[in-house]
Amino acid sequence: MKSCLVVDDSRVVRKVARKILEELNFACSEAEDGKQAMEACAAQMPDAILLDWNMPVMTGIEFLRRLRKMSGGETPKVVFCTTENDLAHIQEALSAGANEYIMKPFDSDIIQTKFAQVGLL
Amino acid sequence: MRVEDFDMFSTLLKQRSGLVLTRDKAYLLESRLMPVARKWNMKGLEELATTVRTRKDEALLRDITEAMTTNESSFFRDQKPFDQFRQLVLPRLMEARATKRSLRIWSAACSSGQEAYSLSMILNDEAARLAGWRIEIVGTDISAEMVERAKSGVYTQFEVQRGLPITMLVKHFKQNGDKWQINPQLRQMVSFREWNLLGDLSALGQFDIVFCRNVLIYFDQPTKAKVLESISRQMPQDGVLYLGGAETVLGITERFKPVEGQRGLYSLGGFSAAGAKVA
Repeated sequence: MKSCLVVDDSRVVRKVARKILEELNFACSEAEDGKQAMEACAAQMPDAILLDWNMPVMTGIEFLRRLRKMSGGETPKVVFCTTENDLAHIQEALSAGANEYIMKPFDSDIIQTKFAQVGLL
Repeated sequence: MRVEDFDMFSTLLKQRSGLVLTRDKAYLLESRLMPVARKWNMKGLEELATTVRTRKDEALLRDITEAMTTNESSFFRDQKPFDQFRQLVLPRLMEARATKRSLRIWSAACSSGQEAYSLSMILNDEAARLAGWRIEIVGTDISAEMVERAKSGVYTQFEVQRGLPITMLVKHFKQNGDKWQINPQLRQMVSFREWNLLGDLSALGQFDIVFCRNVLIYFDQPTKAKVLESISRQMPQDGVLYLGGAETVLGITERFKPVEGQRGLYSLGGFSAAGAKVA
């Protein structure tokens, strides 16, 4: 079973995403901001990270830049999942090492195809 | 809905689009036709049915047909057929057409155009090898509204996230507010026309590759046979036909043969996938 870390400051979004991912057979854990996500990754690197952009304490993009410099931090497939939906943000995410990008609102179909495209399914 | 109204609508739809509606699909009819009734300022489906019976208004009949024909689509739908296209069909047919240097591709029942544009993205990737070739992608659909949408190449945020990898979105689309439009360079590779698959197809010309996926499932057996026969007349012996995952030619027509080892792929007999590997 593959693991996925869901990083979002909204409990509702985490819950919805978790339900979708568990149906896709992922073992899920959650983090409320980039800092918590760093700690989770330091303890154990997940196979996938579903990542919000705007969060208190540490944003998603900052987390991603730090993650990619961590030992083993190249391995997780990172899929942004954010309300930021302009080209500039998408390009910034890709150059920081994101593998895919979901613009909210999302549904299970979108998560499923994006995860399949990056080879997680 | 009254049974006689359901029967009237389903007969009308069968004649105009080939769509077969069984009585267990009454809910579908109701949910799709209510917006049509509202658009025409009618109270409900009874009034709509009465109007259709008493006044054969072509614009109304067209709205009804369009509302009922499914317009579900996504970019690179099912993925596998496109891998097959890129790795097997395109290279083999390029070899076969090396002197003629032209390929015509048909996206039949193209809906809002995602299949046709997905193909244009693949062909764009191969642009270097296709320099000097005449490549034409034609999309047809029974719905005028869908053809207009397809021509515009404009998609919602939701649509561009269905099947389209983010790198392709960045590469091939321009953002305009909350909509995304495919670039002119790809749009000019594709043309769209309003066309009924049950009608005469000869004016569309010959196609080397035909995508007719998830269309036949809506037809009854004789209609499937008729459509497959008329598609076959628009194809050379070594052309290939793509059908949807739940569709087959077996037991319907003898003209098309499955391409061995390649699911969903059919030809008139002249296309071989021998030795091919699709990852």
